[in-house]
Amino acid sequence: MRLFQSVNKWIEERTGLEAAVAPVLGHQVPRSTASWWYVFGSATLALFVLQVATGICLALVYVPSADKAYESLLYLNYVAPLGWFLRAVHFWGSNAMVAVMTLHMIQVFLFGAHKYPREMTWVAGVFLFLCTLGMAFTGQILRWDQDAYWGLGIAASIAARAPVIGETVVHVLLGGPIIAGRTLTRFFAVHVFLVPGILIALVGLHLWLVLRLGINEWPMPGRLVDRQTYRQRYEEEVHQDGVPFFPTAARKDMVAAGVVMLVVVLCAGVFGPYGPQGVPDPTLIDTAPKPDFYFLALFALFALLPPWTETTLLLIGPPLAIAVLFLVPFVAGTGEKSWKRRPVAVLSVLLIVLIVTTLAWLGVIVPWSPRMQAWSAAPTPVQYVRGRTPLQLQGALVLQNKQCRNCHSIDGEGGKRGPALDGVATRMTSDQLVRQVLQGGGNMPAYGKNLSPAEVNALVAFMETLRSADERPARAAVTPRPPVR
Amino acid sequence: MCPDHDAPPASPASRRGFLFKLGVGLNVLGAALVGIPVIGYIFAPARRLGGQSWIKLGSVDAYPAGQTRLASYENPYRVEWDGASSKVACWVRRIEGNQFQVFAVNCAHLGCPVRWFPQSKLFMCPCHGGVYYEDGSRASGPPPRGLYEYEYEVRNGQLWVRGGQLPTLAGPV
Repeated sequence: MRLFQSVNKWIEERTGLEAAVAPVLGHQVPRSTASWWYVFGSATLALFVLQVATGICLALVYVPSADKAYESLLYLNYVAPLGWFLRAVHFWGSNAMVAVMTLHMIQVFLFGAHKYPREMTWVAGVFLFLCTLGMAFTGQILRWDQDAYWGLGIAASIAARAPVIGETVVHVLLGGPIIAGRTLTRFFAVHVFLVPGILIALVGLHLWLVLRLGINEWPMPGRLVDRQTYRQRYEEEVHQDGVPFFPTAARKDMVAAGVVMLVVVLCAGVFGPYGPQGVPDPTLIDTAPKPDFYFLALFALFALLPPWTETTLLLIGPPLAIAVLFLVPFVAGTGEKSWKRRPVAVLSVLLIVLIVTTLAWLGVIVPWSPRMQAWSAAPTPVQYVRGRTPLQLQGALVLQNKQCRNCHSIDGEGGKRGPALDGVATRMTSDQLVRQVLQGGGNMPAYGKNLSPAEVNALVAFMETLRSADERPARAAVTPRPPVR
Repeated sequence: MCPDHDAPPASPASRRGFLFKLGVGLNVLGAALVGIPVIGYIFAPARRLGGQSWIKLGSVDAYPAGQTRLASYENPYRVEWDGASSKVACWVRRIEGNQFQVFAVNCAHLGCPVRWFPQSKLFMCPCHGGVYYEDGSRASGPPPRGLYEYEYEVRNGQLWVRGGQLPTLAGPV
């Protein structure tokens, strides 16, 4: 113990680190900020440290070369001791970082922490948020599997919609004319050097601003932010009812950071690493690429937007959303801080959260994607062939063989792109069915050229049986006759 | 060695001024020289590296008339470590004789790979459900246009296509 003290004294005499850091750690903060609501920022920082640590270890093994990346991931998963665990922690840590950072953002917004004088803290935070999403996307690319390859194709297709510079942007993004070796090294450099460097600088700025301006006090309804008086009142509050950040306020931060980290470790241990999925060979086209969860909402939006609005909304939407985020503290920089008196703020948060989670959920169940194997994998249910005439049975075969079920389900099996065909006979007459099959329309291709008249006959004969016994078949609408006197 | 107080009384200001300017100048020069490759490395791909070239898809006999088959080629603009990723797949439709249509596999909506179903003579995209007819024209779904089509030529019984970049709305093949 004596030895430890003397070593410590020796180092302190020469570095002065303790003298420099202790007042920073122990600086006074309002007692109200020692709350469980204020733990998300430090938890995000803890996750960032976790990502850096696991990322460095992964980079020791990962080969950022298009012909070897996939193998090195398999090596990590199955050969390198605990390589699977490192990959899993990095994957679940990235998910957790996006999630906890989002919670942090929502919390500071609802607590009015973006208002005077902390506008720049918010701005730095928005940059941090964007950089983190950038890390999430580039990290997904380093997984160099089919999802990464086709995900890049999607990113390129979006970028290409920019007027005039579209093609140039695509080439700069991909590092060449196609998705290949140069693309991977480019994304590796961005993911491992460029964005982390920016992130570390921004974290420094963000923390410096928190220290300089103090942690946002618990907002009291009716206590308005005024540029003339705010800082003085904050100083008074800290002076009268302050506690040292460390250890008083930091205790809850430490617990939260520990819990979040253990949850990540638990997820990593239980669920393991994610991917890599199929080998990144562009000639293997039997694949249905899907983004990681943070981009599912965007993925869903592309399916649901009417095609003619797509390019405009793609080009205007994201920059507009980002601009709004940046402008929040400048539009609403003073006044009421408490969420209890900011209905618009609360409703906006609720609306955005609802929209994003709904879209993400749709992105999970993808009702708009055809089920490419349904036509050959999902059998016609027995109750739909029992007691049918030979013509109708031929029709059932046509329905199966012409891939109808890739988009239309029967008895719950098949695609959800088009309407389910159970009960179609109650909705459409045989004439209407013939017309729909031949001409298509309403998101259905026209089968006119691809079906013989006999096939159409059989198909419609079968579809006319698709109703339950107690339902009446559809009838053509007729002009009502005037009542006979 | 040569501390400031050795200098004559009039000169330190001008000498310090000169040294300051020299310092700024040398650093600007250095930054400019290093900046050329730095900017170049980041933005070089903007110059459309590689460009379009004619690529052989093999003998026309590999493609029976009236059928559509998956073919693939090596992108000519490649590096040693591309692995499989420099391979590009395309759909070759032989109408009859030397009449062909060669389509990129990439959906015109967001670039996912479309699949050919010979039974219904349709291309279907697994991502957002875009559908195309056998001649590549748009049938339904979100794609804003038909499939991207390669320019092709038949020379000495070999099928050639002109390609070399990922087809997008901004730069079709």
